[in-house]
Amino acid sequence: MNLGTTNYRRLLVFGGVYNNYLALSAVLQEAQTIKHDAIFCLGDLGAFGPYPNRVYPLLVEGKVQVVQGNYDHSIGNDLNDCQCGYTDPRDNYFAQISYDYTRAHTSDEFKNYQRRLPPFIRFESFGKRVLLCHGSPRKINEFLWESTTPTHFLEKLFRDFEADVILATHTGIKWQRRAVSGKLFANVGVIGRPENNGRTNVWYCIVHFTPELKIEYCALEYNHQRLAREMKEEKLPQEFIDTVLTGWWTTCLEILPGKERARGKF
Amino acid sequence: MLKKIPTNDMTFLLMTLNQVASVSKMETPAAELIQALTHSPQVPLHQLEALWFQVGGTVCNLWCTHCFISCSPKNHNFEFMSRSQVRRYLEESVPHGVKEYYFTGGEPFMNRELPGILEDTLQLGPASVLSNGLLITPKVASALRQLSEASLYTLELRISIDGFTPETNDPIRGEGTFVRALEGVKNLVEAGFLPIITCMQSWSESEHERVLAGFHEVLFDVGYTRPRLKILPQLRIGREAERERGYSSGEFVTPEMMLGYDDHLLLCSNSRIATHRGVYVCPILIEKPDAHLGDTLAEAFQPFALRHQACYTCYLSGAICSNFSAKGNA
Repeated sequence: MNLGTTNYRRLLVFGGVYNNYLALSAVLQEAQTIKHDAIFCLGDLGAFGPYPNRVYPLLVEGKVQVVQGNYDHSIGNDLNDCQCGYTDPRDNYFAQISYDYTRAHTSDEFKNYQRRLPPFIRFESFGKRVLLCHGSPRKINEFLWESTTPTHFLEKLFRDFEADVILATHTGIKWQRRAVSGKLFANVGVIGRPENNGRTNVWYCIVHFTPELKIEYCALEYNHQRLAREMKEEKLPQEFIDTVLTGWWTTCLEILPGKERARGKF
Repeated sequence: MLKKIPTNDMTFLLMTLNQVASVSKMETPAAELIQALTHSPQVPLHQLEALWFQVGGTVCNLWCTHCFISCSPKNHNFEFMSRSQVRRYLEESVPHGVKEYYFTGGEPFMNRELPGILEDTLQLGPASVLSNGLLITPKVASALRQLSEASLYTLELRISIDGFTPETNDPIRGEGTFVRALEGVKNLVEAGFLPIITCMQSWSESEHERVLAGFHEVLFDVGYTRPRLKILPQLRIGREAERERGYSSGEFVTPEMMLGYDDHLLLCSNSRIATHRGVYVCPILIEKPDAHLGDTLAEAFQPFALRHQACYTCYLSGAICSNFSAKGNA
């Protein structure tokens, strides 16, 4: 999807809702106090949390423009797995639990919505060609971690995909880097679960195009105790609930590079 | 040198390893079949994602009975790579957008230039070293820690241990190697690393859970409380062909097998390996003459024909050499 030339000065961007409608509600409430021109979500609406359908009306009411993530592609097309890209049996075991739950509890209307989401959104703002995607511009479920993504690789993405700014998510941990060329890559993080640092908050970001291009990451508090209670009601794995309550990842760890894994507890 | 053997529906060429490479000084010639070029599927290099370095050559401080390139203290078929040789390939890799760098051998830590090589690499991107762990003293682990902390990128250490007891590991890797490799792991863990323990699967599927539990227990005992394990399939070439068995005559990748198969799963679709004498297709096949693709990375941007039986294992298991195999770790 190409939005053409825009006059976006400030955007509010987040990734990975993971069924966390409480965090989504909190970020949309916070958006009312922040000057912005548009709100974008970079995909993965389902997974991990409870009550998938509660996300849908919030997205619509909040006028959130959504890029399709691998999860949304799977749920939208009623596939058998989430295409998360994990390679480890334990990672895949837990991923399948949350996928089966989400698939079973997502309405047909919401599935249709997810199936129709665009895999990319492009636009130009203040002379910058912006590309929004889920994993990477070349692959929906590519993991771009800070410690395994060389700057020269990012330069190649900027060249190959004719962009000055690339925003992605998928890994669940935010980071950004400005290339020598001045082009900017940012992993915007996720609002669905904390980022494995022992804190219960989640993250979104504000993209400023003026007076200069920059990314501002914002910590978001939400009612994580309530989320944990509701996950328990829905009989979701205790491992997921522990992550919500402690801020430490307990699953999907094997895909982490050594540097990121060493910063966590498990 | 080459003898044609007719079979039912395809033609194989039979050659022995010492016939394959006249420069070879290998000690264990073993009969291996290669498939006729006309019957072999071609795999293009879609993008150069990973660049490997045969930084330790084929020189090793061990003489493992399962080594697919028969590395040993006496195997100088491939020599160490110098820091300047590696640097030349690193520089060439940048415009290709290479995403990760791997260092293998032989035993990489026998190459005294390895610290400098890693320092150069970690300025550009993530590095993984495949080692037997025997030379990783507390001092070496500490030096690696410093290199890692100075870089934005991850430094991964992969340590090969082929059983969770000396009784299962040492017959394959050598007397006393289990205890010494675990010592290397302990030194890395104490330096803050989470090494990837790599193990060739020599047990049956029914024993899998028991073996994994055994690994977890012995690693826990040396202070490694959240171990990362990578289980490799057997590559039935080199010394491994003698230890257990080689491939059977039907174990090849055929064009029909590639129908509907995602060739991105194969290492040769996204990687190349640099050695002291040029660029080869993958770490498994460096001793095969057709695996030599040129002197530069640019020359190595050409399709590769899956003529070798080891390609069959890669086909089944998917990019087995990478840290995160396409079809799964333990």
